[in-house]
Amino acid sequence: MAPAAAATEVEVDAWAARDTSGHLSPFTFSRRATGPGDVKFKILFCGVCHSDLHQIHNDWGNSIYPMVPGHEMVGEVTEVGSEVKAFKVGEIVGVGCLVNSCQTCDPCTQHLEQYCGKKVWTYTDKDYDGTITQGGYSTIMVCRQEFVLKMPTNLPLDAAAPLLCAGITVYSPMKHFQMDVAGKHFGVVGLGGLGHMAVKFGKAFGMTVTVFSTSPSKEKEARELLGADRFIASKDPEQMKAAAGSIDYIIDTVSAAHPLDLYLSTLKLDGKLVMVGIPEKPLSIHAFSLTSARRYVGGSGIGGIKETQEMLDFCGEHNITCLIEKIPISYINTAMERLGKSDVKYRFVIDIANSLKSED
Amino acid sequence: MAPAAAAAATEVEVTAWAAKDTSGHLAPFTFSRRATGPGDVKFKVLFCGVCHSDLHQIHNDWGGSLYPMVPGHEIVGEVTEVGSEVRAFKVGEIVGVGCMVNSCQTCDPCTRHLEQYCLKKVIWTYSDKDYDGTPTQGGYSTIMVCKQEFVLKIPTNLPLDAAAPLLCAGITVYSPMKHFQMDVPGKHFGVVGLGGLGHMAVKFGKAFGMTVTVFSTSPAKEKEAREVLGADHFIVSKDPEQMKAAAGSIDYIIDTVSASHPLDPYLSTLKLDGKLVLVGIPEKPLSIHAFSLTAARRFVGGSGIGGIKETQEMLDFCGEHNITCIIEKIPISYINTAMERLGKTDVKYRFVIDIGNSLKSEN
Repeated sequence: MAPAAAATEVEVDAWAARDTSGHLSPFTFSRRATGPGDVKFKILFCGVCHSDLHQIHNDWGNSIYPMVPGHEMVGEVTEVGSEVKAFKVGEIVGVGCLVNSCQTCDPCTQHLEQYCGKKVWTYTDKDYDGTITQGGYSTIMVCRQEFVLKMPTNLPLDAAAPLLCAGITVYSPMKHFQMDVAGKHFGVVGLGGLGHMAVKFGKAFGMTVTVFSTSPSKEKEARELLGADRFIASKDPEQMKAAAGSIDYIIDTVSAAHPLDLYLSTLKLDGKLVMVGIPEKPLSIHAFSLTSARRYVGGSGIGGIKETQEMLDFCGEHNITCLIEKIPISYINTAMERLGKSDVKYRFVIDIANSLKSED
Repeated sequence: MAPAAAAAATEVEVTAWAAKDTSGHLAPFTFSRRATGPGDVKFKVLFCGVCHSDLHQIHNDWGGSLYPMVPGHEIVGEVTEVGSEVRAFKVGEIVGVGCMVNSCQTCDPCTRHLEQYCLKKVIWTYSDKDYDGTPTQGGYSTIMVCKQEFVLKIPTNLPLDAAAPLLCAGITVYSPMKHFQMDVPGKHFGVVGLGGLGHMAVKFGKAFGMTVTVFSTSPAKEKEAREVLGADHFIVSKDPEQMKAAAGSIDYIIDTVSASHPLDPYLSTLKLDGKLVLVGIPEKPLSIHAFSLTAARRFVGGSGIGGIKETQEMLDFCGEHNITCIIEKIPISYINTAMERLGKTDVKYRFVIDIGNSLKSEN
């Protein structure tokens, strides 16, 4: 058995970071042979997530090098294992942040694989067989079918790729915490990859949307391109005060430290604020911000596979994709620098197929 | 009509104990309450609970105190007069008044029976100014006059002294337990702090059919937590090993502690989709790592007292399930000592003033 598997391992061209400098450069590695439950696909596009920037620099302390980042990958199926029924060759599929989980624990059976105690991340993790996982800045992906998603055929693939992380990361809490009621007033803190998707979903759910941003220059695009109804410069105390008690729910996408009490005061009675960004330093909240109007602060991380598929289908029906800047792989280091300065509207997407050539 | 003269003629003189300044020292005091209006209920006060808020207010800890101040918002008594428009209450009935005596009655929260969140202004039972400018005075007094919308019926089968603290301590934990759906039989419920609020949360937790864990900094409280209150587990929160062993085991937590304390250790005991609700209000900001929330989709909420409708529901629930508070009954003359002991949390678990027998009206 082993020799047959070794014979059909696939050589993959990629770009990887070798160390905490985060500098990415060409790299070759092998992925496993397509197992009975696996789907293999040729990668066409891969989104650049802010997490990729953190991971290549080992900001979170668990980076494994060499590291091929990328967990917003979209491509065309080239081979399926014998037990795979749901996918076929030629189909357009995607893989997001997870490639494995135990499939039997309580979160897994609730389709919340991201909360499995034994989940495996798409890159910089160790799979159950000891293999280091490598992500989508590469030409070919092999993934078990349970973690492969169908991309809606009507969506432009490059603009759909970031749905696999940025999209689901805001969609999941908006559904779970019932921040999706038409006519309600929805607020978004931060206007980056996550934030702009929250605005789009907010409008799609029929809500009035307010964007909070520290950058007044983002107002024009927030209103004209994304459809935001209101824009509040969060550093302006007058504007924040005027918004007191006007908002039903807030999704907070900001991963830098910031004062929550200010945003909580804009929430109505029974208002909810959900964090999807993860500031490193602790947040500071006055209990009174919560008790005075029965509000709550929650947190959420990505989404399970089932709900990711639901989100993709919703996006297909409503023609929702991300605003992107498409780049060749050769631009990736510059893109990472710009991403560090939030200089992107609103996601870089690597045109893998046209810029990362497989040697096969 | 000469309404002013008529009103003045039937104002009622009330004997009370009040704090005169931020020293918080309470002493005898006399004042007038309004004549019983068409929508009012007047009652002779029998018992009044001593809430930790009373301690804060007499010392102006929250900055809004109005003196002279008659504290007390866990008031139980017997109706002596009802106004002409009052249908729901009658003379001789046992009633109670809690933390509120008025609200606008028309805003969204009021119409949803959440008067404590009134958008215009909720009027607190004491140390506040009513819409007509009168300072409100609380239940450390012989007589209460209150508009009927804020009067509650006390279940006749409950001992009145032990029922009085339900009007604040009881509803303050009952309301969020119902609202945040922390009342599902079989679930695992945690209570942080074992004082007036905490002991009621344990009682309600058991009444709702849940497994109850008490978190306390005082190992000495374990015996009573288990034997008297029925707690299933007791965790000394300062013991990192015990806290670690509890990781991911609890569905919901009510946190009653009003001193500063770190929330992350409690959050880590919550399961996926766990909820922690604050009912104590620490003055200093709380510190929470976002990761404590995002790692298991948990939330931290807050809640304050409860609306009148749900307070009545809670009282009725307590009547059906025979739930009251564990109290230490005291005469009014003991109140200053009681306040000192309360400051050191030296009470199991609420002082209740026997107004009927110790505070004599001069009428």
